[in-house]
Amino acid sequence: MQLFLLTAHEIHELLIKKEISAEELNKAIYARIEAVDDRIQAYITRTAGKALDQARAVDKQISNGEKVTPLAGIPIAIKDNICTDGIKTTAGSKILSNYTPPYSATVVKKLEAAGATIAGKVNLDEFAMGSSNENSAFFATRNPWDTSRVPGGSSGGSAAAVAAGAAVCSLGSDTGGSIRQPASFCGVVGMKPTYGAVSRYGLIAYASSLDQIGPFARDVTDCALMLNAICGHDPLDSTSAKQRAMDYTSFLKDDVRGLKLGVPEEYMVEGIDPDVRDLVIKAMEKLESLGAVVEYTTLPHTDYALPTYYLIAQAEASSNLARYDGVRYGVRTEGTGDVMDMFMKTRSEGFGAEVKRRILLGTYALAAANYDHYYLKALKVRTLIKEDFVQAFKRYDLLLSPVSPTTAFPIGEKMDDPLQMYLSDICTISVNLAGMPGLSIPCGFVGGLPVGLQLIGRPFDEGTLLRTAYTFEQNTDYHKQYPDL
Amino acid sequence: MITKKDLEHVALLSRLELTGSEKAMFARQLNDILNYFQSLDCLDTENVQPTTHVLPLQNVFREDWVGQHTSRQDALANCPDRQGDYFRVPKIV
Amino acid sequence: MPRYETVIGLEVHVELKTRTKIFCDSTTEFGGEPNTHVCPICLGLPGTLPVINKKVVEYAIRAALALNCNIAEFTKFDRKNYFYPDMPKNYQISQHDLPIATHGYLEIDTQKGPKKIGISRLHMEEDSGKLVHQGTITTTPFSLVDYNRAGVPLIEIVSAPDLSSPEEACQYVEKLRTIILYTGVSDCKMEEGSLRCDANISVRPVGTGRLGTNTEIKNLNSLKALRRSLHFETERQIEVLRAGGRIVQETRTWDEGKGETLPLRSKEQAHDYRCLPEPDLVPLLIDRQWVEDIRGSLPELPEQRRQRYIKDYSLPEYDAAILTNTKELADYFERCVRAYSHPKAVGNWILGEFNRLLNLHGIEIAACKVTPQNLVSLLRLIDQGTISGKIAKVVFAEMFTSGQAAEAIVKKKGLVQISDRHAMVPVVEKVLAGNPGAVADYKAGKGRALGFLVGQVMKATQGQANPELVNKLLKERL
Repeated sequence: MQLFLLTAHEIHELLIKKEISAEELNKAIYARIEAVDDRIQAYITRTAGKALDQARAVDKQISNGEKVTPLAGIPIAIKDNICTDGIKTTAGSKILSNYTPPYSATVVKKLEAAGATIAGKVNLDEFAMGSSNENSAFFATRNPWDTSRVPGGSSGGSAAAVAAGAAVCSLGSDTGGSIRQPASFCGVVGMKPTYGAVSRYGLIAYASSLDQIGPFARDVTDCALMLNAICGHDPLDSTSAKQRAMDYTSFLKDDVRGLKLGVPEEYMVEGIDPDVRDLVIKAMEKLESLGAVVEYTTLPHTDYALPTYYLIAQAEASSNLARYDGVRYGVRTEGTGDVMDMFMKTRSEGFGAEVKRRILLGTYALAAANYDHYYLKALKVRTLIKEDFVQAFKRYDLLLSPVSPTTAFPIGEKMDDPLQMYLSDICTISVNLAGMPGLSIPCGFVGGLPVGLQLIGRPFDEGTLLRTAYTFEQNTDYHKQYPDL
Repeated sequence: MITKKDLEHVALLSRLELTGSEKAMFARQLNDILNYFQSLDCLDTENVQPTTHVLPLQNVFREDWVGQHTSRQDALANCPDRQGDYFRVPKIV
Repeated sequence: MPRYETVIGLEVHVELKTRTKIFCDSTTEFGGEPNTHVCPICLGLPGTLPVINKKVVEYAIRAALALNCNIAEFTKFDRKNYFYPDMPKNYQISQHDLPIATHGYLEIDTQKGPKKIGISRLHMEEDSGKLVHQGTITTTPFSLVDYNRAGVPLIEIVSAPDLSSPEEACQYVEKLRTIILYTGVSDCKMEEGSLRCDANISVRPVGTGRLGTNTEIKNLNSLKALRRSLHFETERQIEVLRAGGRIVQETRTWDEGKGETLPLRSKEQAHDYRCLPEPDLVPLLIDRQWVEDIRGSLPELPEQRRQRYIKDYSLPEYDAAILTNTKELADYFERCVRAYSHPKAVGNWILGEFNRLLNLHGIEIAACKVTPQNLVSLLRLIDQGTISGKIAKVVFAEMFTSGQAAEAIVKKKGLVQISDRHAMVPVVEKVLAGNPGAVADYKAGKGRALGFLVGQVMKATQGQANPELVNKLLKERL
């Protein structure tokens, strides 16, 4: 039995039947990390020692006959922009390459409270800015299905670790598609919950009004278990919603009869690779054959989503990243003169090109002379984009689309053309602008590379997303295929 | 159109020191991006309210109760340069 | 040559006396070892988020109502972006276009009578940390940063450009301070920095409608600095204009040592705050009932109180103004008056000996050992003729240091006034016999000699003689 290929719910059964121990499991995952991570390069920091301690505690609970949660003992990888008390947290940036937070993010505390073990911290595009992981200051994570290709981004390490069996589940963050696109590229389930469903406290901010933490898993059931652990109101996050606690596994039903699914035609035309589009159409037909009603619909302001997204995200980023100045934490580069000189040297040395580009763009968009024309305009168009979804959800329970216009692209292909890189986010960014939940589920392969189907739901209706994804999964076997490593 | 002067001003506001070649590259790339963004101009938003938060949340308060402080050791643990219990920075002016 | 007039607007920052900071639960306590009153949030650590302290909003509303402001129904926070090492996030969470309160005013007294000074807005924001320089800011190779103050709640109160002299500006600040102290939301200590001031100042030829170009003076940490810097800046601007020059719109700092305002370097002037709505905080909808509840809990404010003292207690305007200058003093006064219905006598004592000793010893009313009941007892002893006014001062001084009751002191020290005719006659006669010169003077029509003789009797009785009786007895015998 290859433990590293199992899902959390499968492992849980074995644990409570005492067929394996949490310690064995964690050791198996570590052996897997040792075996594959030199090729995948998902991990920035491995925390084997701590994870084994946590695992032994779980084993003790089990042998004492205590009830443990479904995530107890399960090794989970954490994107390295989510703070972990006493464990280095770099955000993939040189400027934080030596930073160890004195506190843990709320999600990390919740996972630890559920008994999960922290396998380590995984790679990302610097400050979550990117779609390929190539913007990491340390190294580029590889796609487990083809190591010459990118795993997607910015949560590329989180997706690759789960796909490679180097973690059972993982956490990522999604500002414009940063969970869904790498999930699609790596053939795993990835979900961005509704804005406000998961606390952002302890997530190193990129664009605060768009950022949301979410899970990666090998199947929809694990995804629901992760949501059970991480969702919920947090008094430390003013934008966290006051929702009732719910059991997301209660939505896992193999039944989509009567559901009305809309397919925004704007996501199916221009720029979408025909093979990807064909797989999405096949998925539509599959769901239709299972009893759902599937129709084409429209989100008329889709063309404006990209500029709107980039203006808002960059404006917020330019402010969020101001604190990295070499005074309180992080890497300082001394100048020859005064504090201003030190600020300039520190930031110029500490940030990579993409981060600088976004800070410059955001600063420009917010400058007094440009504010109305760029930033305020974008906030207004955001209203129109959100309204598109409100209208669509009057008629449909869910929207379906591709996650990304293409499969994973070769490393280096888009690095010289930032605009082309931005355009690959076209199917995912509107969901963040509107604050809706979105999920990527494997729906087939093109040339041996996985393709994800995107499901978009009403705010706080993660349930219908999970139900539809679960039904699709029960009636396909894409999630049972593993990369050959 | 972002001129070199605009870029230098924005870089100063952002506390970024750019080399000559960085200036040329960023000016070109930002102009490409902003050109593409011009599509927003053709949208009439005269009577549209801006969205700053997607959720209709309001009045999220905290009570005025003192909590746990960070130990001085933790507060200064990541500090690149300290003197005694202070963070130290080069002269201000 | 045209005559110029000065136009001044003030931005006053007041630290609120909440227990915890504005966006986190660290203490606001002043002092403390450096970098101990901090947490990940007020240190601006990556990933942390602000949550607004409800008390801050309540206190802001409280101050705003006392300043006759309109309270917004909808208000929000914004980020003001600029780099400074005492600011942990390199942006300040403040309020930009929708402050919590607008359109207020307060009244100051000028030679031409009362003058209304507009308050254009009042908003909430976070304070920065503190920089410690070894030597001066210009000569030190390093500065040290203490973030204990970072995140302490402030309200910024922006006046309309209604002030026309440095003196009016000082009066405005004093009045503002009095009112805020009454509301109890701040202790307004300029020396500890809990009340700070920036000034916008311009000059224009008398009779011109348009405002001249203004400069902003920062870091005015005392009323003296405010007055002196505004005088300096007025003169400087007039000189520039008279020489045919133009005023440069800029930020200047006050150099107390040199006694002049100096411009900040130009690269620090390159500010563009790039304000954006704070995405980490949600808007506030201020419930009207809440506002009314806060209004209902406001104490009587100094202006109303002063009018009442003049009307109900027939106090002179000057006495009423000083008695109401601080809430503590006025409260003390009223507690006395409640027990003893001679407001004028109480007022005289409070403004006289009481204030003199407070100032002399640098003691706050709260720490004063003389309770209103004890002061009233002392006044009653005078009324009853038990002690003289002169002895009363001695007794009061003792009450002030020991906290004992007046009666106890009088009894212990045997200070009871001698009003017994029989006991006094021998003393009076002895004085008359011992001072024939004064007696002759008096008889020659020099009335002043009587005073001397009274003094001698008082001296002989250690001040315990009843002065009226002494007068009477002397006159009978002269």
